[in-house]
Amino acid sequence: MCATEAPAATVDAEILQRLYRGMVRIRRAEERVLELLLKNKLSSTMCHVSIGQEAVAVGVCDVLGPEDYITSTHRGHGHFLARGGAMGALMAELMGRETGACRGRGSSMHLVDVSIGHLGSNAIVGGHIPIATGAALWTALSGQPRVVASFFGDGATSEGIFHESVNFAAVQRLPIVFVVENNHWAMSLPWSRETAQPSIAVKAQAYGIAGVDVDGQDVLAVRAATAEAVERARRGDGPTLLGSETYRFLGHSRADPSAYRDKSEEERWRQRDPIALARDRLTASGVADEWYDEVERAVANEITRAVEFAESSAPAGLDEVFSDIYATPLAGGQ
Amino acid sequence: MTDTMAPIRIVTVREALREALFEEMEADERVILMGEDVGRYGGAYAVSRGLLERFGERRVIDMPMSEALIVGSALGAAIVGGRPVAEIMYMDFATLGMDQLANQAAKLYFMFGNQLRAPMVVRVQQGVGRGAGSQHSQSLEAWFAHVPGLKVVAPSTPADAKGLLKASIRDDDPVLFIEHKGLYPRKGESAKPDHTVPIGVAEVKRTGDDVTLVAWSDMVHTALAAADRLVQRGVGVEVVDLRTLAPLDIETLLASCRRTGRLVVAHESCRTAGLGAEIVARVAEQLHGQLRAPIRRVTTPDVILPANTALEKALVPDTDSVVAAIENLLGGLRTHGGTSGHAADGRRRR
Repeated sequence: MCATEAPAATVDAEILQRLYRGMVRIRRAEERVLELLLKNKLSSTMCHVSIGQEAVAVGVCDVLGPEDYITSTHRGHGHFLARGGAMGALMAELMGRETGACRGRGSSMHLVDVSIGHLGSNAIVGGHIPIATGAALWTALSGQPRVVASFFGDGATSEGIFHESVNFAAVQRLPIVFVVENNHWAMSLPWSRETAQPSIAVKAQAYGIAGVDVDGQDVLAVRAATAEAVERARRGDGPTLLGSETYRFLGHSRADPSAYRDKSEEERWRQRDPIALARDRLTASGVADEWYDEVERAVANEITRAVEFAESSAPAGLDEVFSDIYATPLAGGQ
Repeated sequence: MTDTMAPIRIVTVREALREALFEEMEADERVILMGEDVGRYGGAYAVSRGLLERFGERRVIDMPMSEALIVGSALGAAIVGGRPVAEIMYMDFATLGMDQLANQAAKLYFMFGNQLRAPMVVRVQQGVGRGAGSQHSQSLEAWFAHVPGLKVVAPSTPADAKGLLKASIRDDDPVLFIEHKGLYPRKGESAKPDHTVPIGVAEVKRTGDDVTLVAWSDMVHTALAAADRLVQRGVGVEVVDLRTLAPLDIETLLASCRRTGRLVVAHESCRTAGLGAEIVARVAEQLHGQLRAPIRRVTTPDVILPANTALEKALVPDTDSVVAAIENLLGGLRTHGGTSGHAADGRRRR
């Protein structure tokens, strides 16, 4: 599946436990989000979960420092949580509350938390890639020691702005990692019909930058590949195109039964559940069952508290829809 | 505007824009300029000449032919501390950056719960005058004025060009700054270095009692010429230069229309869903029954502009057609003398 085999065996159990916990946190949160959606408790009908893809978000964010930036996608709950976003802010946002990440205006597709370097998730496929590139440009121009990681899906590589951004970042040798979360389906269009060159690493060569294809179900492999890319960026050696091969276990959205996909393909990928793969590795290294139970309990508590927090928060205000169009009020006081 | 002790300095709009960029970049190192050919070439219309030499290539960035990236990366720089000025060579090319303007820059402050700001300016250049053709001459301001979250400004004089560009650079919202290729060589009084013109405020360029004539950008000068001609025939034309197209300074417009009881809007962009339609609707909604005459628009018809200066000239409103529209509105009661040369014009625009 992957052109590059990332070194994984030498990472200590403590790191893998942290990554495991991070993935479980995302999985359980999204399961709860789907329940809330079915109960009509969310403020928006738009909701894309990343179940099956958690290793990419967690593996990438684990190596970023507090000063670094990320940009994210419409399928961005995992990025938000992995980057350190608060579970309460996520749930409150999805439920349209004033205490939400975007004060109840952005819902699932527009999460943000500038205080942790999350520069926003975006509902235009590929629309944030130049924004991430610009953030990297400013970082470089102003001599700040930051790296930007921009998550986007395989579908975004078919957008013209992908080319414009990667090309420019390459020319300017910007400190950015372009993380292609290749879940193999741009809604109903398979990767094989999006591109005649399935290797992201090979695409990178055309831009004159480093590229790597990594097993996106293997959180340690993602982490190792990202660490290398981030180190490259910090050295001033420019961007990396990081292709991570993964799979969304569910449909594109609630309305999508994935009728376009072969069920055996889905089953094959489910055999490579990133959480199960990490657990197998942890168990082999001697982690006992009680530890997993404790993780589940802690995560369940966190989610329950977050939902309670959201439910007890005030709904988003209508007045601010009118007053917050501009950051700088007009002289005429419009 | 001008200190009585200081000599009046006459500059072109091009020079005024350059002064604004120069002064703001001197004053604030967060201000950078990025666009196609803005550095070594000095800008397609020579606005940024000399800036690369003064500020270096870290602050004057020659960008690849990637308009979406130019706008989007300016936005990315803006949200993390920069104050970029992006130049799009022709407004027609802003279509290539439309997602970044309309879906990204405009939305970000509200959509992300006020966490992010986009203190950026996108300078575009539009309009006829050089026979630049169907893809280099359009006036598309209405498209952008339709998007809440963007501020759209279009100055007509050197002093306003400088003052509004400085204000736009200091503003924390995305501003689409519309220049006009016909305005670059136009001369006028310069503004002092500390002079800014507030966004969102129109200016009454000339007072008059009989009709309010609204225009912006290069068309303001046509409007003033029409007013000059009409005043000699006893018609008082109040010329309002919008200066900011979004949001509209509707109070200034209404106040003028209340005084004059008549409204004519002149614009270079084509008629259907042009900004004139919005202005007319707003005034009609507010002042129905108070106006003394039907509202009129003088616009370029809904045609595709040819790359042909003679045809271009025949299509775009000029002093004659604006004068004709006002005379027509006044029903000849207050005017005397001929209206020679206007018949064909009237037919062309219904």
